[in-house]
Amino acid sequence: MALPERWKNKIVPADPSEEIMELQMGPSHPASHGTIKFNLKLDGERIVDCDVEVGYLHRGFEKMCEQGTWTQCFPYTDRLNYASPCINNVGFALAVERLLDIDTTERCKYVRMIMSEVARIADHLTCLGMASSEVGATTVAFYMLEAREFLYDLIEAVTGARLTVTWCRVGGMTHDLPTDFNDRMKASFARLDQVLGDCDKLLSRNRVFIDRMANVGNFPKEQAISYGLTGPLLRAAGVSYDVRKAHPYLVYDRMNFEVPLGDRGDNYDRFNVRFQEMYQSKRIIEQALASLPEGPVTITDPKIVLPDKEKVYNSIEGLMNHFKLIMEGIHVPAGEVYQAVEGANGELGFYVVSDGSGRPYRVRVRPPCFLGMGALNKMLIGRMIPDIITTFGMINMIGGECDR
Amino acid sequence: MLTEKLKERFPDAILDARIEHGDETVTVNRDRGNDFFRALRDEPGFEFNLLVDVTAVDWPDRKPRFEVVYHLNSLTLGHRLRVKIPVDAAGAWVHSLTGLWGSADWLERECFDMFGIAFKGHPDLRRILMYDSFEGYPLRKDYLYNKRQPVVEEIDPVVHPLHPSK
Repeated sequence: MALPERWKNKIVPADPSEEIMELQMGPSHPASHGTIKFNLKLDGERIVDCDVEVGYLHRGFEKMCEQGTWTQCFPYTDRLNYASPCINNVGFALAVERLLDIDTTERCKYVRMIMSEVARIADHLTCLGMASSEVGATTVAFYMLEAREFLYDLIEAVTGARLTVTWCRVGGMTHDLPTDFNDRMKASFARLDQVLGDCDKLLSRNRVFIDRMANVGNFPKEQAISYGLTGPLLRAAGVSYDVRKAHPYLVYDRMNFEVPLGDRGDNYDRFNVRFQEMYQSKRIIEQALASLPEGPVTITDPKIVLPDKEKVYNSIEGLMNHFKLIMEGIHVPAGEVYQAVEGANGELGFYVVSDGSGRPYRVRVRPPCFLGMGALNKMLIGRMIPDIITTFGMINMIGGECDR
Repeated sequence: MLTEKLKERFPDAILDARIEHGDETVTVNRDRGNDFFRALRDEPGFEFNLLVDVTAVDWPDRKPRFEVVYHLNSLTLGHRLRVKIPVDAAGAWVHSLTGLWGSADWLERECFDMFGIAFKGHPDLRRILMYDSFEGYPLRKDYLYNKRQPVVEEIDPVVHPLHPSK
């Protein structure tokens, strides 16, 4: 799409004769989602410099993971990107399983993939809904949050929780899909389609919205790669990099889907890439459900997976097995693995190191939105204060993941 | 194999090369750090244009104590590499990669914040997740997870900006 002249040249250099004002925006600011502070230097409303401060939500995720067993890390991973906790669960489980050199069942791979994509749609709805509300399109925000509710119902039906799912385990999951999952999915998707159609009509050709988004926060290809951006931010700049395609995990290589791309790398492209990705995720889920294999979702290795409750209560072997796994944890052989999955915001990597004991020696998360925040300063210099809101919204900073 | 190619290209810089669980890892001498990374980024056949992650692992019983761990990815060739640089505990430092990748800026600041490893040549090396007056380096193994920190006096950020104008 060619841009009209009035959208170009939004960057104006600061006038050195003007007095520079320092302003601290956040961390208690509705648009900073409560956890980010911008130390701004302003020439009028023009941003001369912007120091982005993160860390207000630091809970010591990596340190706490070293204190418990491998299984006890799962609740912590929920609280990374809490808009799509299923993906974090899956990423961590895959990393530990690679360290153990085990392969999960076919059905497990499909179910994990389905839930990752449901989580991705929910995450994009959160991001786009909030970003729309911040530019005044509150109606869209409520539509999208309502659509997210349908997906949370699905997640709740599978995992038993809406947000803190703690649903993956090393070697499988706590629950299989419910028997009526197919029908629930169809019902949810029918309503989701309606909402997405409405939001598309409300926003995609909306003059006010495009004025706020197009040609704002541009980050060209080379710079985006240099700053380590991944996910929708990188794809909006026209780089076709998706972990699901480049380094397929689970059964993504059997699925037929496209990677939506932008060309200018501005906020409008980021919005569109996320919007199109939701349709692609839907495609993946529909294909996966159509070819979902039967069978168990968890492997049966007693050194890794807890025994059935019946065995625990009725036999001494089962009880000992349970006790050893709970008290000592899974014995993961010494070694290290970096496992990347495509999170909703980009490449979510788990670098796990084991020293051979039952506890993780080191768990490192490569948070995609932390890198996005690192580039925010470069996206903002020379722009106006209102551009902070849209650009920050499109990075989709999730405090739990950025600050850990 | 990438590790073989690297051993041929940098016979003196590489201390160790291995493949574990499908991940290719090389351990590199710190003093050759920046040439090595520049070659990895620019030379055809390597083309690692994405610096994915910078972190460290603390091994208090080993000598040298720290391992600075880099993860690289090539978007053009689709391969990954892990590079490790062993670093001594006393005055731990490595060369900064900020001149090569923009992402090194924040990733190195975090590694400094968590492990106290200095990145020589970093333009703005200060704490990022922790506050400035935080004592110690939380991800070192000798920092107890339940250690308490002294109460910090409230500072009026208007009178005393935390990060004064440069």
